[in-house]
Amino acid sequence: MRNEGWQKAPASGRAASPGKNGRVAIRDVSIPVQSDLDIVGARHQGRSLAAALGFSPGDATLIATAISELARNIILYAKRGQIILKPVAQSDSSGLVIVASDEGPGIPDVRRALEDGYSTSQSLGLGLPGVRRLMDEFEIVSEVNRGTKVTVKKWRR
Amino acid sequence: MRKTAQSPTSYSPSTEELLSELVAHLRQNRTQLREEWARRITEAKLLTAMSKEEIFAEATAVYDNYVEALESGTFEALQAYARNLSERIIPRGVETHEVIGIVLLLRDVLARSLFAKYQTDFALLNHILDAYEPAANRIANTVAVGFVQERERVIREQQEAIRVLSTPVLQVRERLLILPIIGVIDPQRARQLTEQLLRGIRTNRAKVVVMDITGVPVMDASVANHIVQTVEATRLLGATVIITGLSPEIAQTLVTIGVDLSKMYTVGDLQGGIEEAERLLGYKVAPVSESSASA
Amino acid sequence: MEVPILKQGPYLIASIQSALSDNDLMELRDSLVNQVGKFRSRGVIVDVTALDVMDSFATRTLRDIAHMIRLRGAEMVIVGIQPEVAFALVRLGLKLEGVSTALDLEEGIFYLDRMTRLRGKEARTRAQ
Repeated sequence: MRNEGWQKAPASGRAASPGKNGRVAIRDVSIPVQSDLDIVGARHQGRSLAAALGFSPGDATLIATAISELARNIILYAKRGQIILKPVAQSDSSGLVIVASDEGPGIPDVRRALEDGYSTSQSLGLGLPGVRRLMDEFEIVSEVNRGTKVTVKKWRR
Repeated sequence: MRKTAQSPTSYSPSTEELLSELVAHLRQNRTQLREEWARRITEAKLLTAMSKEEIFAEATAVYDNYVEALESGTFEALQAYARNLSERIIPRGVETHEVIGIVLLLRDVLARSLFAKYQTDFALLNHILDAYEPAANRIANTVAVGFVQERERVIREQQEAIRVLSTPVLQVRERLLILPIIGVIDPQRARQLTEQLLRGIRTNRAKVVVMDITGVPVMDASVANHIVQTVEATRLLGATVIITGLSPEIAQTLVTIGVDLSKMYTVGDLQGGIEEAERLLGYKVAPVSESSASA
Repeated sequence: MEVPILKQGPYLIASIQSALSDNDLMELRDSLVNQVGKFRSRGVIVDVTALDVMDSFATRTLRDIAHMIRLRGAEMVIVGIQPEVAFALVRLGLKLEGVSTALDLEEGIFYLDRMTRLRGKEARTRAQ
């Protein structure tokens, strides 16, 4: 049975946006996640990309932290998956979309996983409410035995 | 009315002719129409911030500009006038709905006088209205937009001023920071505040922060959350936060929201908070079970 | 990458680098617990100044380390949490409850000094 829990519709536009100083267009970055070393790599890349896109250091840290949480979820529950970082642009702002996907066991009760009581202070928490708090937009699609895809978005202020 | 070569079979005056006839009518009946307009403004309880004389004076200026715009077909002068008018009346407390209201009233007053004049010639009345409508709409639009833009500009300036005034992180003593929060805290400002504070703690190596919220008028769940988060983040940097200016009402709100006030260090007013902070700094007490290394 | 641990008098100082993997963290935990016992250290300072991201795993593990070290009779304090990292932690909803924190190394040592003095007093009072 397919489970969907979503907060806001993702923004339009998958165009890569040029760097702040008119540098070469930044493309999507695809990061395979299979080991705990990949978690470190993913968040480093996330931070670099965020900085290149002109995010403030504070926001870049929020992005890197969210990536770390999402990557770790993949390792913990699906053993492998991938994280895609997509720069996006809208009429008056630019931002970053992060898609964390896997083909793992899926989340049986997405609604419950999004509740705050299900927090990362417990050892088996998914930390999804926390990730949602870090980002501007959050969307999750999960199907038991098919996999999970979490899409989050942060806009540059 | 001059005959034109436009249509040989039926008489169809050009828009320019119609408008100049219209303008002539409006100029001729200027006194009466202005008075009627001013009367209706008062009846509709608009521009209550202004006196009758002021209303009449502005009404005259708007009327003349209106007719001018109808005649010339250009709107730059009207735009400039609208901005000028807005600059004058916004500080008086005139609101958007009032400005839109009076412009629409004028439109109505003039339309009705046209009805009265041309009621015997329905076809001509129609032609005149065809010419009048788009022009009148454009005028109403120009004035309203001019006003709204000016108002937005003023609000932005005020917000910026408040922002600048009310996010200072003050170092008054060594290792002691004061953060007086004044005004409305939106999420954006709250984030700025927290970032500024945390950086300030690092730069000044502060051990105590006195956060004064006397000047915060509204406390809701989101503001409370921001404050709680700021306090928690400050603790992570090894500093203690003393909150001052917490009114009984706000304390009640916080408790209702679910904030654990027992975990927060609060003192009545700013002065008391500073004294408490100095005590903490001068007389160091080693905590037994607290999670902060300061105090 | 292994986390360097320095012995400074009665204290151990662990300086965490930015590329800290889950494995590194768990090895750090085992190392610290080991060395506290070996050197009979009275305090441990974990310096996270270079750590640019602290997520739920790092937070939980640091809490566990603090707990284990306390069981061995020593105090632990985390120093150098960056402002952006503190903000992210709090936004994430993570609580470093039960773990002491201080601004930097100097403050951390100061804190440990106070704590161990206090504990010494407590012990003496109890012994009387």
